[in-house]
Amino acid sequence: MRARAFALSLVAAAAFAAAAPAAAVIKIAYIDPLSGGAASAGINAQKHMIYLIDRLNAAGGLNGEKLELLSFDNKVNPQESLIVLKKALDEGARYVFQGNGSAVAHAITEAVLKHNERNPGKEVLFFNYAAIDPALTNEKCNFWHFRFDADVDMKMKAMTDFIAKNPNVKKVYLINQDYSFGKAVAVAAQKMLAQKRPDIQIVGDELHPLQKVQDFSPYVAKIKAAGTDTIITGNWSNDMLLLMKAAKDAGLKVTWYTYYAGALGTPSAIGKDGVGSVIQVSEYHNNALPEPDPDAAAFRKRFTEKDDEFGYYRLKTLFDMFAAAATKAKSNDPVKVARALEGLKITTTVGEAEMRADNHQVLQPMFVSTMSDKVKYDVERTGVGFKTDAKIDAKDTALPTTCKMQRPS
Amino acid sequence: MLELVTFSLLNGVVYGLLLFMLSSGLTLIWSMMGVLNFAHASMFMLGAYFSYQLGRYIGFWPALVIAPLVVGAIGAAIERYGLRYVHRQGHVGEILFTFGLAYLIAELVIMIWGRNPIENRVPATIDFSLFSLFGTSYPFYKGLMMAISLGMFAFLYLAFKRTRVGLVIQAALSHPQMVSALGHDVPKVFVLVFAIGCALAAMAGVIGGFALLTEPNMAAALGPIVFVVVVVGGLGSIPGALIASMLIGIIQTFAVALDYSLLDFLRQFGVTVLRGSPFYEICSIKIAQAAPLLPYLLLVLMLILRPRGLMGTRES
Repeated sequence: MRARAFALSLVAAAAFAAAAPAAAVIKIAYIDPLSGGAASAGINAQKHMIYLIDRLNAAGGLNGEKLELLSFDNKVNPQESLIVLKKALDEGARYVFQGNGSAVAHAITEAVLKHNERNPGKEVLFFNYAAIDPALTNEKCNFWHFRFDADVDMKMKAMTDFIAKNPNVKKVYLINQDYSFGKAVAVAAQKMLAQKRPDIQIVGDELHPLQKVQDFSPYVAKIKAAGTDTIITGNWSNDMLLLMKAAKDAGLKVTWYTYYAGALGTPSAIGKDGVGSVIQVSEYHNNALPEPDPDAAAFRKRFTEKDDEFGYYRLKTLFDMFAAAATKAKSNDPVKVARALEGLKITTTVGEAEMRADNHQVLQPMFVSTMSDKVKYDVERTGVGFKTDAKIDAKDTALPTTCKMQRPS
Repeated sequence: MLELVTFSLLNGVVYGLLLFMLSSGLTLIWSMMGVLNFAHASMFMLGAYFSYQLGRYIGFWPALVIAPLVVGAIGAAIERYGLRYVHRQGHVGEILFTFGLAYLIAELVIMIWGRNPIENRVPATIDFSLFSLFGTSYPFYKGLMMAISLGMFAFLYLAFKRTRVGLVIQAALSHPQMVSALGHDVPKVFVLVFAIGCALAAMAGVIGGFALLTEPNMAAALGPIVFVVVVVGGLGSIPGALIASMLIGIIQTFAVALDYSLLDFLRQFGVTVLRGSPFYEICSIKIAQAAPLLPYLLLVLMLILRPRGLMGTRES
């Protein structure tokens, strides 16, 4: 036993000696679903990671060090995520990327906080690109977590500001998935509509089980019976597609305000039926600029499947901010990068973006856009795309925070 | 109110008949062969994908016939070259075999058609409304779905109760040696039954593909509910499966319309649960929120109270 341990340490030492002269690499752990029902989201984002890391490495890396991507499948399960996070840390990752599922993000942010308290000098940063439960940058905020997507409340603010200007909206129905994110959407909608348009009647506030409903016809019958003219929903993936399908079958004529109608197969499934009535709030869409962002165009050239869409523009913003912070800090040390990120401002192709110092929430321009068949650039090669109704500047997306940031001394 | 009740009833019946379409083949295979086919929903999925692919070249109506035939042939091959050998090792072997098959088919589908839902829309030839009620149009394909479902019921019921082939098949289950001694080819009978079961699932898939979503997870999503239908209806009983599907469809649909919680119920008796109480959360769940879970509640209760199901003839 002892002899084997000795042999192993010799091998390890030899490997270390061999690796030493080569330049150090920065290991990036990407933890998201790569199998199972939510894999389409995880794999799409993984392609963004591959593209953006290659782009950064081609430009010389960060302070002369190259980035290396380590991918881990968490099956959108918080427990599974903690196991792979441990593995990622053992493999030497100092930056953790995750986005799908706020429950997972809560588990990771807590684990990272604990790890960093116990392992000074080996701190890890958590870059969250899509988990948008407001709590993550409010009561549950911490110094190691940075969010690069607008949270539920920020998106709802943009949505309700837009609704407030539309006198045709009279009866709103809220239908959401029964878990933390769906509930947060419902609460935010109730609160903000009451403030901005007290005359609007909220005729329904429905929570349905997450990804379990096969036939939404009963829900649509209820929505119709309530005399609804506008639906607000945070539904994603199958819950979004099946809901819209049932609505189409029943001939429901309403306007849809959505969080995720523009991504991950929804445009393919809705197709022309959504033209003029499906509205989304996002940080980018293919017609946000007169000509697509050069990276969006290059991404689409490199990944050519039907649903390979540059839907995570915020990941580009994330990598640009990461690079700017590392350059500013003249170091790739996570603590120094974190300090440099606080209050950092960069200019992206759609406008100014800023990382708030008080709660580590990114502020970036947001677009309210409607599905249309008269657009220059379509989405998921469907012939339909989105056209901008309103652009909200980064500073106008900000909301007050309850975060009391504890910084390391 | 009348409008909501009418539509809930209609939706419930339609959903129930869809469930029956899905589960009739499974009931058939179970009752005639004693094989619990976990890959049944995968055949449904293959039916959806094949009809989508074929429909692009030959149109909807030919695809409605050819896709189930293709899947039926695949089913026959599975029985002949796979299941027949596993069959000798008893039920555990069969279950594991079909379980593995379900995974294999899902991965194959991902390889060919990708992970995201495909754009399987209602074919233009049948995309019109059947009638209009309270200002809501009713799509033709839902009527077609009901007709096919009832047609399947009639076919299965008559074929097995009123024809010679049906009698031979039934006899082959309980007395295979005797049937083969009388000169019937029992293995061939099993191949035929398995193929018909798979073809029925595929035919359900042709309609279900655009009524629901055509995606690699559809088999996994629909698998459990199909088993609920078969168990509640009584393993092996075709009329039982029809009654169970309708029951589940209607219960689930009406539950969605009910915005009442235990809290409201208790209030009738002057009991109020305080917001801070540990029971508040569970008491405030509306029936509507729990609707999709009701079939599983039914399954559990049925297994405890009446293990042979509504119309089942035996305990196992």
